[in-house]
Amino acid sequence: MKETFYEYVQKRGISRKDFLKFCTAITAMMGLDASLTPKVVEALETKERIPVIYKHFQECTGCSESFIRTAHPVVADLILDMISLDYHDTLMAAAGHQAREAAHMTKEKYKGGYILACEGSIPLADGGIHSMVDGKTQLELFREYEKDCMAIIAYGSCAAFGNVQAAHPNPTQATPIYKLTNKPVINVPGCPPIAEVMAGVITHILTFGIPELDIRKRPKVFYRHRIHDNCQRRPFFDAGMFVESFDDEGAKLGWCLYKMGCKGPVTYNSCANMKWNEGTCWPVESGNPCLGCSEDNFWDFGPMFTTLAQVPGTNIIYNPDKVGAAVVGAAAAGVAVHAAATVVVEKMKKDKDTTTSVADQQNKGVSK
Amino acid sequence: MSQRVVIDPITRIEGHLRVEIDVNENNVIGDALSSGTMIRGLEQILVGRDPRDAWAYVQRICGVCTTVHALASLRAVEDALDIRIPKNASLIRDIMNLTQYVHDHVVHFYHLHALDWVDVVSALSADPNETSQIAQSISSWPNSSPGYFRDVQNRLKSFVESGQLGIFSNAYWGHPAYKLPSAVNLLAVTHYLEALEWQKDIVKIHTIFGGKNPHPHYVVGGVASAIDINSDNAINTEKLNQVERLINKAIQVVEQMYIPDLMAIASFYKDWTYGKGIGNYMTFGDFAAPGKDIRDTDSYLFPSGVILNGDLSTVHEVSLTDPEHIQEFVDFTWLKYSDDKPGVGKHPWAGETTFDYTGPKSYKELDMTRPYTWNKAPRWKGHAVEVGPLARILVGYAKGVKEVKEVTDWAAGTLDVPLTALMSTLGRTAARGLETKLLVNRLKDTFNALVANIKAGDTVTFDKTKFDPSTWHRAGKTLQGVGWTEAPRGGLAHYIVIEDQKIKNYQAVVPSTWNASPRDLNGARGAYEAALIGTPMADPHQPLEVIRTIHSFDPCLACAVHLVDKEKREITQVNVIR
Repeated sequence: MKETFYEYVQKRGISRKDFLKFCTAITAMMGLDASLTPKVVEALETKERIPVIYKHFQECTGCSESFIRTAHPVVADLILDMISLDYHDTLMAAAGHQAREAAHMTKEKYKGGYILACEGSIPLADGGIHSMVDGKTQLELFREYEKDCMAIIAYGSCAAFGNVQAAHPNPTQATPIYKLTNKPVINVPGCPPIAEVMAGVITHILTFGIPELDIRKRPKVFYRHRIHDNCQRRPFFDAGMFVESFDDEGAKLGWCLYKMGCKGPVTYNSCANMKWNEGTCWPVESGNPCLGCSEDNFWDFGPMFTTLAQVPGTNIIYNPDKVGAAVVGAAAAGVAVHAAATVVVEKMKKDKDTTTSVADQQNKGVSK
Repeated sequence: MSQRVVIDPITRIEGHLRVEIDVNENNVIGDALSSGTMIRGLEQILVGRDPRDAWAYVQRICGVCTTVHALASLRAVEDALDIRIPKNASLIRDIMNLTQYVHDHVVHFYHLHALDWVDVVSALSADPNETSQIAQSISSWPNSSPGYFRDVQNRLKSFVESGQLGIFSNAYWGHPAYKLPSAVNLLAVTHYLEALEWQKDIVKIHTIFGGKNPHPHYVVGGVASAIDINSDNAINTEKLNQVERLINKAIQVVEQMYIPDLMAIASFYKDWTYGKGIGNYMTFGDFAAPGKDIRDTDSYLFPSGVILNGDLSTVHEVSLTDPEHIQEFVDFTWLKYSDDKPGVGKHPWAGETTFDYTGPKSYKELDMTRPYTWNKAPRWKGHAVEVGPLARILVGYAKGVKEVKEVTDWAAGTLDVPLTALMSTLGRTAARGLETKLLVNRLKDTFNALVANIKAGDTVTFDKTKFDPSTWHRAGKTLQGVGWTEAPRGGLAHYIVIEDQKIKNYQAVVPSTWNASPRDLNGARGAYEAALIGTPMADPHQPLEVIRTIHSFDPCLACAVHLVDKEKREITQVNVIR
């Protein structure tokens, strides 16, 4: 029974070399320095596959959809090999009582040793009748499984913060997971979270245990920076060059989306550095302002396409609202030069950031 | 003497669905009940908000069909404000919607539905040489060597031997209703894994235009991605090339993997003729010719219409705005209307939804004679109807759309069944594949039209003239709009009422509301319930036959039950338990 992940992949005929390559890749994915790879190797060589019970509460299944988009590790590896996904409404073959029994068997067999992954919030209004499965409220079902789990991962902004159904007036009294338990909860917000972040958290638990969390129970490794701080359009913010309409000259040249309502300056997430769907793109790169979807209560921030009242933690010497339309015409000719210059500045800044965060990481240690 | 069998949760769907069946002494289903057991209240949360933001809220109705509610919402707002979006925006939105379809249908077939027909355990005893021969005889899909299938089989074996079966544990393996030879089971399981890898690629089309997937971004008035083929910060040549590569790959997956697998599996289940259901089919229509506005209804690939009692000789017209056509009833739901008269239906613009939970606090079974679901019962001119791929194929066929006729006749001919055989569980699953075949090619055509338009010098993607709310109207004037689309699961319509630049009422009438509908006061059942009746079961305690038929509709229950209480406007205090 105590088969380790490495023994398991060996049986599958995976070579030592491929196993090490895999370990290097997931080390990078977890945002850790390459020098920590041997620790990942050691952990995977000695630890057994963790059972995961993944429960759906008040949700839209977007997090599950994101979960199956992970590229590192490959999704089939994650679902079939790295963990034992013993209950998952959207993917499991069994239905009805056979499905419930599968979860129950895992609970009994791995008391204190399984992860409870939660997608969605739990409604408390009117005794919880707004979401029931098998004639029981979601709170009752949550209680059945949280008692014996090792840790809870609250996937997505619904489980972490309540999200859209908890927006005013929160008709069903949708409640985030951490308010309902004393167990360790890892919040992985985002609507949905980035696939690799979801997989990264599981991998982290598998290799090092629970990652270091911030005050909102988010893994620091993925949520320590504001979107604004790593944004590729940031130099244009600093230079006072703003998009005024979605297809204007500034939009085409990648200027800052702050005036279009971007919430990047108040949003903590990895979108700007990890990007989405295997690093293909991310909202701000595609021309869409950040909605702030990984922040608590972001649906009630106010109209989405309006400018933030203020940008915290930024020393700029101009008022963004007064810089703008006039600049667009005048600056057009100088843009190419300016853009080239800021790209260089950005790159220097990025290089510096990378160095800092690795050092930071090593100083703080990885987890307990 | 009949017995009640309860299946809750129905897995491999979106949302929370409970099905109860009454099985007679011959193990045939005599009656059925479908209950949506979760509600979140999104429509009421929208009241008072900026209409330009509605797409983002309602997109969260569903994370599976992530893009379709956003699209219906944008169209509703643009209808209310009379905004005509630029041609590029129309093309890009269609590309995103078509991408959604192709992704959704392939994932539904392999990951949500196939295991109802494919026995994973049987694949372990297959001869990989035989699987390879079958694979090569039905398709030119490249991964088809005996060694390849042997590797997959070995992987499955080590997985099973580990004793931790994960998502495959405790299912109906070995059930007598499984009919595929082991070699075909191995083929299907292999493609289950391949499709799982591929599905994360095709969505990159959403990522390029909308920034991420699931839940890509949108904007009222067009699309936010700027086009400049010479800029490295806009939709440029490189990004367009990437989109084209992804589309070409999708065509290959659909034509060489999905369709051959679908036809191969269907050929073993031709005698499984159950699940016809109501026999009334409805579409709202979508997919105007590439670059045309949604209002150009004459050019739709999937036209709108209603077929009653399976009669393809007459297609009735559907009006989304006529209050006599579409009405929602609440007699068997945990909702109530203010006038509280039994049997009264409301058109969505006048729609009203107040929680009225009358069910038990915890239960073993629900009472079919009393309200039993959060789902409303929408009706077209009083008729219960089915929506979705089968409805689209049948209405398109009956209206003589050339592409639809060709692909349908091809499938019926290949399987050697009459057209009427499509009105079944199997036909519903086949129709989904057939329309994917059409739509993946429409995806390519739409992409080509975008490139041609950009080449012609058009880079406009956004119309800002009515983006600022102060341009909309004088204070106090009410605007209303309807936005529709044919979502993968069927006709979808969002209704919005705007007053003082804010949302006054918002109602979404979604595909799964039609299909998962409870009965009405006339006793007419919704599509799920009707389709289950009369199905014989091999073993009622392993209700494989039930999930086959339910899955053939591709249920999306969070879509169906998003409605809410109008009176409850105060911010509720969250009680911290413990």
